[in-house]
Amino acid sequence: MASGVKPRVKVPKTASVGDVILIKTLISHKMESGQRKDSDGNKIPQSIINTFSCDFNGQNVINVELHGAISTNPYFQFEATVPESGDFSFTWNDDDGSVYTESKSISVG
Amino acid sequence: MNFTRRDSLILGASAAAVALLPLQAFASGNNEAIAAFTGGAATSEGGIDLTAPEIAENGNTVPVAVSAPGAVSIILLAAGNPTPGVCTFNFGPLSGSQSASTRIRLAGTQEVIAIAKMADGSFVQTSRIVKVTIGGCGG
Repeated sequence: MASGVKPRVKVPKTASVGDVILIKTLISHKMESGQRKDSDGNKIPQSIINTFSCDFNGQNVINVELHGAISTNPYFQFEATVPESGDFSFTWNDDDGSVYTESKSISVG
Repeated sequence: MNFTRRDSLILGASAAAVALLPLQAFASGNNEAIAAFTGGAATSEGGIDLTAPEIAENGNTVPVAVSAPGAVSIILLAAGNPTPGVCTFNFGPLSGSQSASTRIRLAGTQEVIAIAKMADGSFVQTSRIVKVTIGGCGG
């Protein structure tokens, strides 16, 4: 597991039924692109987060496939519809097999 | 070893040909990446919006936003990167709008391409030229 990986997610705490809300996510990860070379001229192997997905109460909101050209500390901003109160779950899959998760609840009234 | 004028011309020409090769390799990589996404279908213009800065000082983090109402997925490609793939957004049933933004790496001044797959199976494409002052590949 890559060290110092910390997910951060911003979701509003409340919303009205059917509202479209803005979600911002950031995860600290060095996203080694596989193009860089170390001081001896050897290629540093690629080590990135390859997929990110966001679900709300089990239903998919967005699923992103990442490649080497995504910046260090991958940032995503997108919108979601909230039909009811519940939990957003966020999942990041690392190339090395690690899975980082975060969840946020929202109350709809 | 003495170079005649003819020798140096031939050398120069072959050096130029070698220098052009990677560019062509990039271009074919792009076409492959596009074909892998569209399945060879033709793309049309319009219905997709790509927001990217005209000049990016730092190629390591270039903010881009893409939106295509009615899309099921959007692919982003950086035509001048060693590997053109940037990311693919797949929108689920609860997505509020078919838009997303992220930050990408660009190796140098180049064209950023966005292709959206619409719900009816058609494809729309747009692109932006981004000027990069410091490349983001860390070569």
